[in-house]
Amino acid sequence: MADNTDAMAEIRASFFTECEELLESLQDGLDAVWNETSDEETINVIFRAVHSVKGGAGAFGLTQLVDFAHRYETALDEVRAGKLVPEGEVLKLFFRAADILSDLLQAAKEDGELDPATFEEVLSGLAALAGGEEEEEEALDFQPLILDIGDETPQLAELPGELPPGLPPLSGPAEGEGDAQGDSGGHIYFAAEKELFLNGNEPLYLFRALADLTELTSRCNMDDLPDLSDLDPAVCHLSWDLTTGADIDAAAVAEVFEFVEGLCTFRHRLPEPELPELPALPELPVLPGAPDTAVGAGADGEPGVAPAPDAGAPPQASDAPAPKLSTDQDAKAPAAPKAGAQKPAPAKPNPTIRVDLERVDRLVNLVGELVINQAMLSQSVTEVDMPPNAAITKGLDEFMQLTRSLQDSVMRIRAQPVKALFQRMGRIVREVATEVNKNVLLKTEGETTEVDKTVIERLADPLTHMIRNAVDHGLESTEARLAAGKPERGTVTLTAGHRSGRVVIEISDDGAGINRPKVRQIAIDKKLIEETAELSDSDIDMLLFMPGFSTASEVSNLSGRGVGMDVVKTAIQALGGRVSITSTPGQGTCFSISLPLTLAVLDGMVVEAAGQALVLPLNVIEETMTVEAAMLGEMGRETQVLRIREGFAPLLDLGTEMGFRTPLESYLDHVALLIAHEDGSRSALVVDRIVDQRQVVIKGLQNTFGQIPGVAAATILGDGQIALILDPLDITMNASGRTRQPSLSLAG
Amino acid sequence: MSLSILAVDDSQTIRNMLNMTLTDAGFSTRLAEDGLKGLEVLENNSFDAIITDINMPNLDGFGFIDAVRAQERFRSIPILVLTTEVAPELKARARDAGATGWVVKPFDPPKLVRALQLVAG
Repeated sequence: MADNTDAMAEIRASFFTECEELLESLQDGLDAVWNETSDEETINVIFRAVHSVKGGAGAFGLTQLVDFAHRYETALDEVRAGKLVPEGEVLKLFFRAADILSDLLQAAKEDGELDPATFEEVLSGLAALAGGEEEEEEALDFQPLILDIGDETPQLAELPGELPPGLPPLSGPAEGEGDAQGDSGGHIYFAAEKELFLNGNEPLYLFRALADLTELTSRCNMDDLPDLSDLDPAVCHLSWDLTTGADIDAAAVAEVFEFVEGLCTFRHRLPEPELPELPALPELPVLPGAPDTAVGAGADGEPGVAPAPDAGAPPQASDAPAPKLSTDQDAKAPAAPKAGAQKPAPAKPNPTIRVDLERVDRLVNLVGELVINQAMLSQSVTEVDMPPNAAITKGLDEFMQLTRSLQDSVMRIRAQPVKALFQRMGRIVREVATEVNKNVLLKTEGETTEVDKTVIERLADPLTHMIRNAVDHGLESTEARLAAGKPERGTVTLTAGHRSGRVVIEISDDGAGINRPKVRQIAIDKKLIEETAELSDSDIDMLLFMPGFSTASEVSNLSGRGVGMDVVKTAIQALGGRVSITSTPGQGTCFSISLPLTLAVLDGMVVEAAGQALVLPLNVIEETMTVEAAMLGEMGRETQVLRIREGFAPLLDLGTEMGFRTPLESYLDHVALLIAHEDGSRSALVVDRIVDQRQVVIKGLQNTFGQIPGVAAATILGDGQIALILDPLDITMNASGRTRQPSLSLAG
Repeated sequence: MSLSILAVDDSQTIRNMLNMTLTDAGFSTRLAEDGLKGLEVLENNSFDAIITDINMPNLDGFGFIDAVRAQERFRSIPILVLTTEVAPELKARARDAGATGWVVKPFDPPKLVRALQLVAG
């Protein structure tokens, strides 16, 4: 076979992609059972998802995954068979098993395995559900099968378990007198039953395959051919005597005739390479017609294998059913398709194709270029002062519309529904709820909302933390809930939706709400605010995002994970997002994250400093103002501050910070941009003027220039000018050693 | 000899593997993702052999084989069942449904090719 390493790697990669979909439908199915919205097909979907994971995993030798999926599948099969009801602890176990399956896949994807100890408990739970039938089945699977060719030559054709079990042994004494090829060759007698043809088998191919293995001569017996008037074309009236060379081995013969076992009269006597001196072959009874004896004698311990029915009956008489496998003695009706199996397909998702992400990104980039190009062209046309109804102006307008739609469409390729992300949160909720002993229901809404793939990936961590918080801190204990007259089961709701060109994700709980006096006191204790500070409710809520803040009066092991809400806020800001809180005492808290639709374009403010056009992300600019004398103050020798209402913000000249010019003598009449920091403090960046607010296409610089302090990326403006997109937070952080003062005020 | 094969399996991974194996063996291959799709493809094409999975949505392998065998022109088309299950009763069921043979997943590519040659020449 050709070298398929690359192809295999590709298939392997597609396997993991497929598994993500399978896990999703598994999770959906379990959720449906949990929410009691399942129907009879649900369990089949669940089963098939696990089954397909197992099937694919087997192809890549992922044994740990195969073994686990097999156990899981066996337990699920009990549900399918109606022997097990998926509720309560059983259902919880299925959820956990789904989580572990997901972990195992992740590990396998990274060429690793999980520590078996981590899922031993679930594994044995699943085994217990399957009622220990597992072991029996496996024992049966590997039962070696003895091929009995009659008492006379017991050891000649013993196949060491090569044949699949459950089929009747190849039976009957071997035909052939050993005359043609002397003692060294093998002899096979073959007569097909009617069923052999009905199952699509063709003796000719079998003989050909045998002829590929050894020198084969065949003799066709036509003795049983009836008169033409009696001839049934569906019945094989012929039989064959085949003589093989000495080089044939029993396993190969078994493989050739594997599919026709039980569908034919088949006897063989094969050479035994192990025994150099064959005993003289006994005279064997000539069949057909001779009754079978001693059938199955060697197959002791194989339950239910009954002697094969009269395999030697003359073909004419074989209208009777062919030898059936007698292991199938349970009540299952054999070939009947399952009732549920032919149900019409549920609404199918649109067909999809899988595309290398790199290609999509290249497309995104090219469209970005196109947008820039179009903007430049528009600007040039504007500059030559064409009449407004000139054909070129109109054409350009349409061009601009088309470019925008093209850009939207291309961005949409990178967009993914938040569903998978939300499903992961379901798992977090279950885990945390178990740890803190609360009864929690996760509701999700707007799962089909689409967000840029990278945003989704980078949202996972902050969202996980917020969900943990909602369950751990947001919801009251069961006792407190009952005391407050609330339902015992707390609800955490995760919603996603589009709002004014942005994606809004909300995490809300129906807990006790933020205890503001307590939050305030903690902030004072930790010297985050002055004791006298006057804070509005929302100011107090925002304290949660300050570094070093923790409300957990008893440190639960969940809150001690080293991430605070400040990290959450930073992560979301890095995505160009904002986070806000609303909370009503006694009713609950809602965290709202607002994100840009894509990371490829940015809402920016174009400013000018020292003659350079620069772009700042709009979402970190809180407000802008022209600097007036009354606003300025001094703090220490070097630091000028901007007085804004009840606080101060250190002033930084952007041109100076970027190294474009020496420090300004006066900031008067310049423009100050108030930058909000994640710790609640602010600083003011001074620029010469504000040029514009617009969407800019982000062009990464990191691949070419590496990380440049204060610079996030670059873009090309409509006039063809290249402008740097700055990271104002980074700039002010870098500057803080020289001029920035610690946080002075939170109010704003 | 070059055979034309219809392979039916709901797993994209297995379909990919089958496609690679069969194409490498010089067979021409059509793929379908479940029994119903398989029947659709059969409608307008002829094949030397069919390979089918058992556990599939919409129409499972048993139902598919039934439906294939129910058509006079497909009475004798060889059908191999591809299954992760090696339980004897499953093979018996497959045979009762009209399957010609079976290959156990994960399949060994040369063995699959040999099995096809056994049933389809």
